[in-house]
Amino acid sequence: MTDTCTQLTAKDFTSNQEPKWCPGCGDYAVLQQLKNAMADLGLKPEEVVVVSGIGCSSRLPYYIATYGIHGIHGRALPVASGLKTSRPELSVWVGTGDGDALSIGGNHYIHTVRRNLDLNVILFNNEIYGLTKGQYSPTSKVGLRTVTSPNGVVDHPINTAALTLGAGGTFFARVMDRDGKMMREIFKRAAEHKGTSLVEIYQNCPIFNDGAFDPFLDKERKEDTMIFLEQGKPLIFGKDGNKGIKLDGFKPLIVDLTNPSISKDDLWIHDEKDFIKANMLSRFFDDPDANPDCLPRPFGIFYVEDRYTYEAALTAQIDQAQANGEGTLEELLKGNNTWTIE
Amino acid sequence: MTDTTQPTTQVNVTPKTSVSVLFAGDSGDGMQLTGTQFANTVAVYGSDLNTFPNFPSEIRAPAGTISGVSGFQLQFGSKAVYTPGAKFDVMVAMNAAALKANLSNLHHGGIIITDTDGFDAKNLKLSGYGEENNPLRNDSLKDYTVFEIPVVSLTRKALAETGLTTKNIDRCKNMFVLGVLYWLYSLPLETTIETLKTKFKKKLDLAEANIKAVQAGYNFGDETEMFSQHGRFSVAPADKKPGTYRRVTGNEASAIGLTAAAKKAGLQLFLGSYPITPASEILQTLANLKKWGVKTFQAEDEIAGVLTSIGASYGGALAATNTSGPGLALKSEALGLAMIFEIPLVVINVMRGGPSTGLPTKPEQSDLFIAMYGRHGDSPVPVIAATSPVDCFYAAYEAAKIAIEYMTPVICLTDGYLALSSEPMHVPSPNDLATITPKFAAARKKDDAPYLPYKRDERGVREWGIPGTIGLEHRIGGLEKQHETGNVSHDPMNHELMTKLRAEKVERVADIIPDLTIDNGPEKGDLLVLGWGSTYGAIKIAVEQALANGQSVAHAHLRYINPFPKNLGTILGNYKRIVIPENNSGQLLHMIRNKFLIDPVGFSKVQGLPFNEMEIEAKITDILKEL
Repeated sequence: MTDTCTQLTAKDFTSNQEPKWCPGCGDYAVLQQLKNAMADLGLKPEEVVVVSGIGCSSRLPYYIATYGIHGIHGRALPVASGLKTSRPELSVWVGTGDGDALSIGGNHYIHTVRRNLDLNVILFNNEIYGLTKGQYSPTSKVGLRTVTSPNGVVDHPINTAALTLGAGGTFFARVMDRDGKMMREIFKRAAEHKGTSLVEIYQNCPIFNDGAFDPFLDKERKEDTMIFLEQGKPLIFGKDGNKGIKLDGFKPLIVDLTNPSISKDDLWIHDEKDFIKANMLSRFFDDPDANPDCLPRPFGIFYVEDRYTYEAALTAQIDQAQANGEGTLEELLKGNNTWTIE
Repeated sequence: MTDTTQPTTQVNVTPKTSVSVLFAGDSGDGMQLTGTQFANTVAVYGSDLNTFPNFPSEIRAPAGTISGVSGFQLQFGSKAVYTPGAKFDVMVAMNAAALKANLSNLHHGGIIITDTDGFDAKNLKLSGYGEENNPLRNDSLKDYTVFEIPVVSLTRKALAETGLTTKNIDRCKNMFVLGVLYWLYSLPLETTIETLKTKFKKKLDLAEANIKAVQAGYNFGDETEMFSQHGRFSVAPADKKPGTYRRVTGNEASAIGLTAAAKKAGLQLFLGSYPITPASEILQTLANLKKWGVKTFQAEDEIAGVLTSIGASYGGALAATNTSGPGLALKSEALGLAMIFEIPLVVINVMRGGPSTGLPTKPEQSDLFIAMYGRHGDSPVPVIAATSPVDCFYAAYEAAKIAIEYMTPVICLTDGYLALSSEPMHVPSPNDLATITPKFAAARKKDDAPYLPYKRDERGVREWGIPGTIGLEHRIGGLEKQHETGNVSHDPMNHELMTKLRAEKVERVADIIPDLTIDNGPEKGDLLVLGWGSTYGAIKIAVEQALANGQSVAHAHLRYINPFPKNLGTILGNYKRIVIPENNSGQLLHMIRNKFLIDPVGFSKVQGLPFNEMEIEAKITDILKEL
């Protein structure tokens, strides 16, 4: 219940339903940061709708004290799109998983992303089907042994970042489930972006795919395997920032910053408005387990583009059609071509 | 300008009560336009009418071939007209293929108006007649009255001084033929002339040429001996209810019906849709109604079509989706969701020949079962079927009323025949339309009792709690809901209770639908013809004829299929025999047997073609013989 005079907190966005995720599930962290971000953004619970599909992460709406729709498998995005088109003033969030969004809902994913409705999409990527008990998903790594891939996955995994940019997305960010601070900030940026904001969360499933993201979490390795993108800052990573990335033509190279002949000024400067560079970043997708010297996996905001939203363009067309007044029921019934019988 | 009120030659004029005309030619001959012009003229003249286009499913089928023939059929009359006519009285054949494709549906002794320029060696070959078998040169048409007119040559002659290119002149040939038809049926040219002036407002030379061509055709009738010897016909204006009229196709009527319902209910209309034959015109019509605030969303697929509508409905819009068989199959999971959500949703399903891609451009009534039963789980929804193009308006309107007032998805069945047929619609006044009252849940204050999204009124209907309303924040989902609170519940008894409550709510729709009435014939008798959907016109005429022959036959037509009207069982008990004609293998038949434990006679036609009155009349006679 909203009292407009007081600043709401995460507690005000907590529903009376007990979350039923497994202990240690990464979803808890996402839920908490989403509620934090909603409070930070000053959203009113009655103006927020959280829409989801089916899967572990799609239970999200039940736990948030706003309006919510728990739909059918793979179809959160069209439900959210229809709602946003009809009611552009609402703040519409989508919770979806890798199976939900990228497998059964793959078609909706590409078309929603290109339409650019002002939706905030949180894609919980745990590289596994959790709710159905451990089958491999479209983002599972090649070779992963699961109940449906006893000899290892042979499907090549989807690269969410590349798919989103390829489909014409206007906002893509990636964040680790354990990085609450970054998640909260990225959720806020996503909400402020006018368009479909896609936030991919690497979310650990402790039951069916535990350790899927260890290459980016192991203390000994993570500084070499991941890189944080910061607007206007050079691409620097590694222990004590000892590595950088520079562009040799269109080829990204890892350079040793301890070498005095290499200047930070020569490094790739992150620009989230640069579509070409964002596309290159999306291709930093090698598996460090398979190739320890690969380019690091980027986290943070890859790309932000200002483009008209679908609902704003449609509303403008309606406004134009109604420039000389809205049509009346009488005019509708008569149409343009009538005759009279006396 | 031709003065059509003053016949220039004295010719014999024969009055007729109704006439069925077919305009047939190559896809590029403008037959749809010609037929539409003729329809508008007879409508304004005051006739009742019904039209039906018949075009190839290929967009650009090879010119001159049978598969490239495009037709426009209409029937007009001084009495009520219910169908485009089982057979035509007169056919225009712009080429040999058009003649060959349609001759079997011309009444014995009917009139054929041919463009002899369309019977040259090339056209004869492409049509399959072959040059040696030119039907105009042998006696194969001896049972018909044939008017051979060199239309292209005469049009060129008439328009020689317009300065237009030959190509543009030749495109006016359909207007020449139209002029001939106006002469033959003693009809005025004014409606067409006015339309041409508007249509070619920015191309005055084309307007003038087309008008000249119509007049030349008309004058040709006046001046030519073959016509003056044959004589003219006249069809008196019909005795129609006074008022304002417009002509609508079924698909246009469905679109307007939805919009009218939204306006009447004070809601935004949202249509989530995906193009599919023969339903696309509903999306197309609504995309042009932005002045009325209509939002259309052309989705990436049929599934997204219905789900965007579910999202919009959750937000408080009157949401609808339109489709045909394959699309309805794809939407079935989502319809289950809308059903368990208990939110308003109208599905207009324009039936076509199935299964699978089937006969996309041909009508059928074979989606009754999927509409009734095509969802997993116990998931009943109200089903309404439109009976005529104009009734598509009222069926869509009533579907919206039930959806909103009972918080349920409703399936409205039309078909490819109704969708593309047109007839005059008496324009209702806004006050004539039934009220539609959405029941939105009111905002709540902090100390109010908690909102119960699945609390029901005495009819079993919940309120519509929409986002933006303070104090109603709630979550709904496809998971089974606890009675009243709507929270997720796996309690076995609760699931049984909710299943029952949802079904009872749908059954209670019977409280507001009218009793079934006997459309024609005795209240008790030997035989009842029970129809549903687009068979209305054919059954109507057949039963009229049977009654005129003194047979004990009645006609009743079901618009409400789920739930059935409350008195249906009583009516069925008043006749010795029931026959159910359907364009499927007996779907309503199955439902009636199942519900009432009686054994009606099924009468199926599954040819991608509607019934005609003669088929039904013959069936009536057959059944009565056996009684």
